[in-house]
Amino acid sequence: MPGSVQSLERAAAILQVVAGSGGTLGVTDIAAAVGLPKTTAHSLLRTLLGVRFVEQDREGRYALGPGLLRLGAAHLDVNELRSRGSNWTDALASRSGHAVRLATLDREQVRVVHHVFRPDDSVQVLDVGAVLPADRTALGTVLLAFAPHRSVRGAVDARRADVAAVRARGWAVEDGGHEPGTAGLAAPVRGSTGLVVAALGISGPAESVLDRQHQARPLLVSMVVESAQAISRELGWHG
Amino acid sequence: MADRVVLAVDQGTTSTRSIVFDRGGRLVSVRQREHRQYFPRPGWVEHDPMEIWANTQRTAAQALRDAASSAGEVVALGIANQRETTVVWDRATGRPVTRAIVWQDTRTADLVSRLAARPDAAVVRERSGMDIAGYFAGPRLRWVLDHVPRARERAEAGELLFGTMETWLVWNLTGGPDGGVHVTDVTNASRTSLMDCRSCTWDPVLLDFFGIPAALLPEIRPSVGELGTATALGSPIPITGTLGDQQAALFGQACFAPGEAKCTYGTGSFLLQNTGTELVRTRSGSISTVAYQLAGEPVHYALEGSVAVAGALVQWLRDGLGLIGTAPEIETLARTVEDNGGCYVVPAFSGLLAPHWRGEARGLVAGLTSYVTKGHLARAVLEATGWQTRDVVLAMAADSGLQLPSLRVDGGMTTNNLLMQFVADVLDTPVVRPMVGETVSLGAAYAAGLAVGLWADVEALRRNWHRSAQWSPVPARAAQLAAEHPTWEKAVRLSIAWGAD
Repeated sequence: MPGSVQSLERAAAILQVVAGSGGTLGVTDIAAAVGLPKTTAHSLLRTLLGVRFVEQDREGRYALGPGLLRLGAAHLDVNELRSRGSNWTDALASRSGHAVRLATLDREQVRVVHHVFRPDDSVQVLDVGAVLPADRTALGTVLLAFAPHRSVRGAVDARRADVAAVRARGWAVEDGGHEPGTAGLAAPVRGSTGLVVAALGISGPAESVLDRQHQARPLLVSMVVESAQAISRELGWHG
Repeated sequence: MADRVVLAVDQGTTSTRSIVFDRGGRLVSVRQREHRQYFPRPGWVEHDPMEIWANTQRTAAQALRDAASSAGEVVALGIANQRETTVVWDRATGRPVTRAIVWQDTRTADLVSRLAARPDAAVVRERSGMDIAGYFAGPRLRWVLDHVPRARERAEAGELLFGTMETWLVWNLTGGPDGGVHVTDVTNASRTSLMDCRSCTWDPVLLDFFGIPAALLPEIRPSVGELGTATALGSPIPITGTLGDQQAALFGQACFAPGEAKCTYGTGSFLLQNTGTELVRTRSGSISTVAYQLAGEPVHYALEGSVAVAGALVQWLRDGLGLIGTAPEIETLARTVEDNGGCYVVPAFSGLLAPHWRGEARGLVAGLTSYVTKGHLARAVLEATGWQTRDVVLAMAADSGLQLPSLRVDGGMTTNNLLMQFVADVLDTPVVRPMVGETVSLGAAYAAGLAVGLWADVEALRRNWHRSAQWSPVPARAAQLAAEHPTWEKAVRLSIAWGAD
C-alpha cells in the first residue's frame, strides 16, 4: 500500500482487535493478536487512550472509548437541525420582528438551512438552500470565524482583523455588505461536542438592526445570542 | 412589563401541557407532563383520569410560576382536549368508575356493528350528522354502562357523571364533588353521536338509540363563554374557553371565514375547513363537525378529514426499517434522489380513514423495481402524506363547494420543506405555516381571552396571526402531479383489495 502510514495502520489493527474482543483483552494479548512487540502496542494504546478512542478498566483490559463512539454521532443532519431549532427560530422572529435564518458551512459555502419570515405578512420567499456570500454576511462571518479548519478561515483571516473579536464576544454584525441598507446579526450554534455547527442570525433594515451610531442594538444582540444558546442546549451542548 | 395573560391547557393523548400566552398571542411559558398509556387488551387504550387531573394541576401551577416574573394578571383559562375520550365518574366522591376509554380504543367495534345493523340506524346520520362509528364517544359511554357493575342503575339514579376530558377537568377545577360545574362545549358534544347537530342539544331519539340515560350528561355550552371559576389553582381564574383539540387548532390558526382550512401534521393528519354557520351534509367521505360557537352567536361548522397515518409512517421508516436515525433525516434521504422512481406507499396500517373509510385496507409498497433505492422509498413515504391530503381536500371541495384559498399547516412535519412543497404542488394551492406552532393551545387561549375581552373580536385574533413560511405551487410540477394522481388512486384501490378477504 504505497504512501500508507505504518503507525496508523497498526492503530487501526489494534482498534479492530479491541472492538472484536468485547473488552476482554489486556496489552499482552492485543500485542500478540496484531503481531507487534508489547512496547509498540503499549505506546499506540496510550495514544488511543489520550484521544479517548479506547478506555481501560481496573484490570488493564481495553474497550472502545467514548471518543470513538461520539465520532459516529458527531455529524449533524441539517434537517434535524432545522427541526430541533424551529421553536426557537420562530420565537426569535416573533420577538425581534425580523427575518431569521440558520446557516451551515457546506464545504466552503455558507448555506441557508432554515428561514423564518419577518412577521409582518409582507410577500417573502423562502430561501432555504440558498448560498450566501461568506465574507459579507453576519452568518458567514460567524461560521468562518468559528470554523475548525484554517483553510476555510484563511479568506476571512486575511481580510479582517476582527475575527478574533468575533470569536471573543460570540457574535457578529454586518452592515450593508450583502445588500445595501440591510444589516444582520448572528451568533454561533454549537453541537453536542462543542464544535460550532451552524450560525443563527436576524437581518433587516439597517436602521432597525443598528442604532444611530451604526452599532448593533444590544437588545437584539442578546435575543440572537440567547436563542443560539438555547438551540445549542437543544442539540446537547452543556458548555 | 405587566400585561394581562391567558393560561391554556392542552390535554392531549400523550401529555398534558400548560402554556401561558400574552396579548400578542406569544408564548410566555410552557410546562408539559406525560401520562401513562394503558393497553390492557389488544385494541384497548386507557388513561387514568386522576393522573391527568394531577398533571393538569401540576403543569398549570408550574407554568403560572414561570410566567409570574414577566407576566401580569391571568385573566382567563382555556382548555383544549383529546377528543372522544370518555370518562365516567362518581358525582359524590369524584372517583372514576373505570379508566378513561381513549379515542384510539376499538373495543366498541362489535357494539357499533350491532347498532349499525338495526333498522332504525339511519337516525344517527340524520340527527347527529355523522355515521355510526366507534370513533365517537357515545358507543364508549354505552360500553361503560354495559360492563361496569351497577353503572347503568347508578347512572339512572343520577349518581354518575359522564364527560370528555374537558368536562372532567372543568368539573374538578371548579370544585369537584364540592359544587363542580358539569358542562361540555358544543365541539366536544358534537363528537359523541348523541347531539342533534342543528339545535346543538342532547337528542332524545339518539339517547334512546344508544341507550344512554340523560341524567349523567353534562350541559352543552358554547366554546367561548363563561363556564365557571377555577378555584383549584391558587388564585381564582375564570374558565372561559373549551374546544376539542382539532377545533382548537382551527381557532388558533384564525380560520374564521368559510373556506379557510388548516391541517395538523402529527402522528396522523387532521384537516378541518370552516364551512360557516350552515351544516354541510357530506357525501364524499369528509365528516361534518361543529367548529366553534361564541356565546350568543350561531354555531360555526367545519368539515373534517382525518388521516390515521402521516408522521407515523416516517416513524416506521425509522423504527421499523431503520433507514433513518431521526425523523427529520427523511428529508436528507429523500433528497438523494430526484423523484419517487415509480414507487408508491399506501400507509393503511389499520385501514384507511377519510375519505375512504375502509377499515379492511392494509398498507402496501407498489411499483418496486431493482431501480428503486431507499431514497425513492423515502420520497414515496413523504408523498403518501401529500397524496392523502389531496384526497381529503378533493372530498371536502365536493361536499362544501368551497375553494381552498390556502392551506394553513402546523405540527412537527411542517419543518420538512420537501413535504410542504409537495403538498403545495399536489394541491396546487399555497401552503402557509404560522409563527406560533402551538396552534392547539393557542386556540384554547384565544377562545378564553376572547370571552373576557382580552381581544375585542376574531378580527383582532386574525391580526395576531403571522406567516413564518410559505410554499407556493410550481405550475409545471402541479400539472405533472395532477397527471400522476390516477397512479396513486390505483395504489389505494390495491390496498383496499388486499385487505378485502
